[in-house]
Amino acid sequence: MSTVTILGAGVAGLCVATELVARDVPVRVVDPAGGPGAHGCSWWAGGMLAPFCEGETAEATVVAMGQEAAEWWTRAGAEVTCNGSLVVALGRDRQELDRFGRRTEGHAALDRAGLATLEPQVAERFDRALHFRTEAHLDPRRALRALVEGLARRGVTIAREGTPGPRVIDCRGLAARDALPDLRGVRGEMAVLRAPEVSLSRPVRLLHPRHPLYVVPRGDGVFMLGATQIESGARGPVRLRSAVELLGAAYALDPAFGEAEVLELGADARPAFPDNLPRVVARGDTIHVNGLFRHGFLLAPALARRAADHVTGQAATERMHENHAER
Amino acid sequence: MPEFYGTHVASRLMLGTAQYPSPRVLEDAFRRSGAGIATVSLRREAGGEGAGTAFWEMIRALGLPVLPNTAGCHSVREAVTTAHMARELFDTDWIKLEVIGHADTLQPDPFGLVEAARILTEDGFRVFPYTTEDGVLGGRLLEAGCEVLMPWGAPIGTGRGLNNVYGLRTLRAQFPDVPMVIDAGLGLPSHAAQAMELGFDAVLLNTAVARAGDPAAMAEGFARALEAGRLAREADPMEPRDMAAPSTPVLGLAVLG
Repeated sequence: MSTVTILGAGVAGLCVATELVARDVPVRVVDPAGGPGAHGCSWWAGGMLAPFCEGETAEATVVAMGQEAAEWWTRAGAEVTCNGSLVVALGRDRQELDRFGRRTEGHAALDRAGLATLEPQVAERFDRALHFRTEAHLDPRRALRALVEGLARRGVTIAREGTPGPRVIDCRGLAARDALPDLRGVRGEMAVLRAPEVSLSRPVRLLHPRHPLYVVPRGDGVFMLGATQIESGARGPVRLRSAVELLGAAYALDPAFGEAEVLELGADARPAFPDNLPRVVARGDTIHVNGLFRHGFLLAPALARRAADHVTGQAATERMHENHAER
Repeated sequence: MPEFYGTHVASRLMLGTAQYPSPRVLEDAFRRSGAGIATVSLRREAGGEGAGTAFWEMIRALGLPVLPNTAGCHSVREAVTTAHMARELFDTDWIKLEVIGHADTLQPDPFGLVEAARILTEDGFRVFPYTTEDGVLGGRLLEAGCEVLMPWGAPIGTGRGLNNVYGLRTLRAQFPDVPMVIDAGLGLPSHAAQAMELGFDAVLLNTAVARAGDPAAMAEGFARALEAGRLAREADPMEPRDMAAPSTPVLGLAVLG
């Protein structure tokens, strides 16, 4: 079988490479930046593997495709924490919690006592929560490193340049707008804090009509706060307004964040199609895997599997269409 | 159908473009409701050079008049700057003017609003001011050059409907010939119908549609309610009365059996 050239070493490209290598397909990965890093939006991801929560606004196909993520990442050597996730709202936004519950599945309602058994600090300020028991999270940067190392063990390194062979899988994200003109950037901004006084062992989403927030524990007292969602392809530094909103919301979730060290403020633009659903598009000898929007780590495994099925000829019954999301 | 600054609009529904689950859903909501004007917020989406281009292209592709707004501006200077950006980006002199006076209630700042309206009107803008139901303030905005008023139904994003029906009715009566749009605070189609029954010319909403479980269906619901309310207004509805009055006279009925 001839070598498949994968363009892009973000979460999509590395997942596709890993999946193909697992099926003994020879691959090479080409990325002018040399590997995952701050230049790509995967670097700034939250790392929640929370398909049911995403179902609040995402279509059912996202929920379905996200189910395999935690297992895939574990198999690929990433450290996945399967501790579930929590959704809370402050007193006057309680209806937001009711609505979130109505529009999602896979959760149980917790009262304060139930919440206290999971996250005692959160239970001090919140008397209700939704518990999504089967959800998981990972540290995106460590997960990407695990993929790079796994590929290296199979002899696959990331080349900065190279002429693509006859078979190409294009995972360049927004850079592929030359071939996929309806891709657009959706800006996201995040912060990383070190807050030794805060104790959380699973992601917590704070619902708020203006400033929703999620906090993902990264271990060692480090937490990721995310994320804004702005219709803009701008990739520049975090705006003060967004930083104030994110940090303020964290403070509302737990005042102990007030003493946190702000380690990082980061921003990038996520690639998305007009329906915010990902696509695997076969066009000639090139397969495009793109449009992962805010679901990179959640959906890349399912998309990688589909792209690999296509390469290995197992996708005969699956639909590959430019204008439809995979269902 | 309403007319704003000499432009006839095809629908009494003005729909915002923020907070939808995806641009595709946004497009569906516009198509199913037949909304006549698309409003767009510049403040949040303007992330730098060419930043919002793809999204704005989608808004333009709706083929509707675009009403840019200064949402999120808390000062006259911010609002004026944003209006100028909007004029360049969308090639329109229309601007929905928001000058927010209170961060929590998002209540308009009446003093800043009048000042910004005057500055922008003198600069050639056609200003659609987001205001309260206050008639004195409405008068000052008209003096400043506004030819449309956009009183709130309730604070932005609350979905509470028409909070002060008496005040809105008074404002409508005070300036019977000025086009007026109920802007903000609507949550249900019945609120929109009520606005029509009170004689307002149009409504502007965003959250009620965008955050519904099925935005396109909710948008259509609003469009139908607007039609119902407007028909009722034109049909000269009865007044409520205290005394029950049977619709069929009871005297003289044959006694059967």
